[in-house]
Amino acid sequence: MKARVTVTLKNGVLDPQGKAIEGALRSLGVEGVDSVRQGKMFEVELATSDPERAKTLLKEACERLLANTVVENYSIELL
Amino acid sequence: MRAAVLLFPGLNRENDAMRALQQAGGVKPTLVWHSDHDLPKGTDLVVVPGGFSYGDYLRCGAIAGRANIMNAVRAHAERGGLVLGICNGFQILCESGLLPGVLMRNSNLRFICRMQHLRVERNDTPFTNAYAKGQIIEVCVAHGEGNYTAAADTLARLEGEGRVAFRYSDSAGSIGGDANCNGSMNDIAGIYSERFNVLGMMPHPENLIETIMGGTDGRGLFESLAAATAKAA
Repeated sequence: MKARVTVTLKNGVLDPQGKAIEGALRSLGVEGVDSVRQGKMFEVELATSDPERAKTLLKEACERLLANTVVENYSIELL
Repeated sequence: MRAAVLLFPGLNRENDAMRALQQAGGVKPTLVWHSDHDLPKGTDLVVVPGGFSYGDYLRCGAIAGRANIMNAVRAHAERGGLVLGICNGFQILCESGLLPGVLMRNSNLRFICRMQHLRVERNDTPFTNAYAKGQIIEVCVAHGEGNYTAAADTLARLEGEGRVAFRYSDSAGSIGGDANCNGSMNDIAGIYSERFNVLGMMPHPENLIETIMGGTDGRGLFESLAAATAKAA
């Protein structure tokens, strides 16, 4: 089964890259963007087809490597 | 002193660290490969040098922080052994859980490579006994992700326990403003572990060992380590 893991910065953590992208969009004339925050997305293929097992496994992957939970949140989506 | 210098794919400052240990610390360190499970017997000091381990993929130091050898380094630190992480080495120590917090992208989004003054916050540790408390030293910085960030309670604890090793300053020792090159919280350039046996720092003391390189302010750190381990032995 396939899954998508999204890692984003926690609220309140400064995101200078997001700010720079926000500024670049503004200078391109893309109107109406209030703010941008940059994150990461992982597409993961899993051997298991059991959703519970998949969630447990991905949670472990996030806690141990994919996210640094000091400054990042993660969300798991089974596809 | 017996010193081990760790090597991960993508690091490039291991020879600078080895040279500094030899010239200022008087030891011939052993290079240890990341997939090894053990440190050489009798290791007093582990140095995690700078560079770009695993190409900074995922997050700086994230993959190296979980390498085999880091379990041995964790056990070494638990026994009270000394660990020094410089630049990417600091990032690796944070990612491995040996030090709290995280090094984020520099606030100006640029890679910074320049000389930088630091204030030595205390001199009663194995890393800084050759300096004076409050001494201003000039070393160099070379990093894109050195913006030290931690949760408010972690930061309060670090400050409360006197665990800030170095702060970015100007040549007169003033803190803040332009002296803070990367946006680090509380101008933090380096921190200690709870028991002061692990130090992580973004600047490069190992590059300021010889006058030909523009200064010798980095020598004190390696001389301190040599003195501290001689006393212990």
